[in-house]
Amino acid sequence: MILVILDILSWICLLTGSFLGISGAVGLFRFPDFFTRIHASGVTDTMCTVLIIGGLMLQAESWQMVAKLLMILLLLTYTSPTSAHSLAKSAIRGGLRPTLGSGD
Amino acid sequence: MVLGLYNYWIVVLLMMTGFYIVIAHGNLIKKVVGLNIFQTSVIIMYVSMGKVRDGAPPILTDGVTLYSNPLPHVLMLTAIVVGVATTALALSLVIRINEAYGSVEEEDIHTQEQSS
Amino acid sequence: MVNLIDIVLMGLLLITAFAIVRMRDLFAIVMLFSIYSLASASFFVNLDAVDVALTEAAVGAGISTVLMLGTLAMTRRHEERRPRQPHLLPLFIVAVTGAVLIYGTLDMPHFADPAAPIHQHVVPRYIEQSGTEIGIPNIVASILASYRGFDTLGETAVVFTAGLGVLTLLGRFGRREELSDGRSMYHDMILRVIGKALVPLMLLFALYVQFHGELGPGGGFQAGVVAAAAFILYSIVFGWDRAQKIISPFALNIMMACGVSLYALVGVAGMLLGGEFLNYNVLGSYPAGGQHLGIFLVELGVGITVAAVMLSIYFDFAARLAVRKLEGE
Repeated sequence: MILVILDILSWICLLTGSFLGISGAVGLFRFPDFFTRIHASGVTDTMCTVLIIGGLMLQAESWQMVAKLLMILLLLTYTSPTSAHSLAKSAIRGGLRPTLGSGD
Repeated sequence: MVLGLYNYWIVVLLMMTGFYIVIAHGNLIKKVVGLNIFQTSVIIMYVSMGKVRDGAPPILTDGVTLYSNPLPHVLMLTAIVVGVATTALALSLVIRINEAYGSVEEEDIHTQEQSS
Repeated sequence: MVNLIDIVLMGLLLITAFAIVRMRDLFAIVMLFSIYSLASASFFVNLDAVDVALTEAAVGAGISTVLMLGTLAMTRRHEERRPRQPHLLPLFIVAVTGAVLIYGTLDMPHFADPAAPIHQHVVPRYIEQSGTEIGIPNIVASILASYRGFDTLGETAVVFTAGLGVLTLLGRFGRREELSDGRSMYHDMILRVIGKALVPLMLLFALYVQFHGELGPGGGFQAGVVAAAAFILYSIVFGWDRAQKIISPFALNIMMACGVSLYALVGVAGMLLGGEFLNYNVLGSYPAGGQHLGIFLVELGVGITVAAVMLSIYFDFAARLAVRKLEGE
C-alpha cells in the first residue's frame, strides 16, 4: 500500500517538474528581453530541479541512493542560480540594459 | 533491416555533418568544432557496437550474468583523451595564426599569403 | 526494439549538429557544441558505457568548452563571414562518403545483438577471468590499466606531449611577474563565496573518482580533469595571478613529467622484480595483490599527469590573454 502511495506521489512530482521545465523553455523563447529570459530559466533551476529530484528520491531503492540524490540537488542549487547571476552581471557590465515598460 | 541498423545510420549522418563543417566552412575555430563533432560521433558508433541487449554496465556485480562489452569502452576512453589533447593543440595553433595574420578566416590568410 | 530515450537523445544530437552548421555566431556555436557533448554523454549512459560517459562529460562539456571560449576571447571575433556560394562540391563529397559508409554498415550485425562477432573472441575471457586474476569489480579499469596497460602508457605520453606542445606554442618565458589579470571576478561577492565553497568539494570529488575508480565508474582521467576544473574555477573567479601563487607553472611542469614517469617506473619495477615490463603480478606477494598495487599506482600517475596538463594548458591560454591585454593588442 505504501509503495503505491510513493509511486503516485513520485509520478505527480515528476510530471509537475517536467511541466515546469517545459514552461521554462517556452519562456526562454517567448520573453522579449535577455533579463526576462534569465528569469524564465530560473524556474527550471529551482522548482523543476527540486520536483524532479524529489520524485526520483521517492522511487529510490536504498538510503544510499537518496543521500546521493540529495547531494546532487545541493550541487544544482549551488551552481545553477550562480551561473544565472553571473550571466546577468556580465551582461550589465557589457552594457546591456533591460528594456523598461512605458507608463504605469 | 532498417530498425536494426538505424543507430549506425544516424551516427553516419552526424559524421557527415562534422565532415561538412570541416571542409566547407572557412573559419578555423568552426573547423575545430566540426572536427570534434566528427570525433564524438565516431566514439558513439564504437560504443553502440559494444552494447548488448539486456546487458548491464561492465562492473562486476552479484547476480548479473550478461555484461555489455567493455573493450570498446576502453578504446574510446583513450580516444576521448587523445581528442582533447589534439583540440588543445589545434586551438593554440589558431591563436598563433590569429596573432600572425590578424584573422582566423581561411580566405584572408590565403590572400595575405599570396600577396606577400 | 525502439527505445524512446535513444530516439530523443539522437534527435537532440542531430538538431544540435545541424544548428552548428547553419549558425554564424561563434559564441553560440561553442555553446551548442557543449550541449552536443553533454547529450552524447547521456547517450553513453543509455548504452551502458558509464566510464565513457563520465569522461565525455568532464572532457567534452568541460575542458574543451573552456579552451574554446578562451580562444574566442583571444581571436576577438564572434561573427563568421558569409560563406562563399555555391557549396556543391563539399556537399557532393559528403554525400558520396555518407553513401559509401551506409553501404558499409549493411554488413554489420544488428544493434545490441548478443551474438555479434565482437563479443566472441577475447572479451569473454576478460569478463570471466578478471574477477579472479585481478580482483577489482570495474572491468573497464582492469582492462585499461592491466590487460591493455601499454596502450594507456602511450596515451598518457600523448597527453604529456600535448601539454608540452601548448607550452611551447603559447608559453611566456619570463615577464610573469608584472602580469596581473584585472578581469577577475573578485569584486562579485556571490561568485567569490560560491567559488570558495565549491573548490574543496570538487577536489574531494576528484579524489573520490580517482580512488573509487576500481569499484565503480571512474579512474585516473576523469579524476585529473575534475581536479583541473576545480583549479580553473578558482582561477576564473579569483584571477590568474592568485591562482599561479597557489600552483606555480614550474610545479605543474614537474607534475606533468612525474605522472608519466611513475607509470613507466611501475613497469620497470616489474622488470626488476623478475617479470616483464608492466607485469604487475610480481609486485606483490600474491598475483591479485600485485595487480591491485600496480593498478593503484598506475591510475595515480595518469591522474597526476592529466590534472597537471589540463591546468597547464589553461594557464597558458590565460597568460596569453593577459599579455594581450597588457600590450593593448
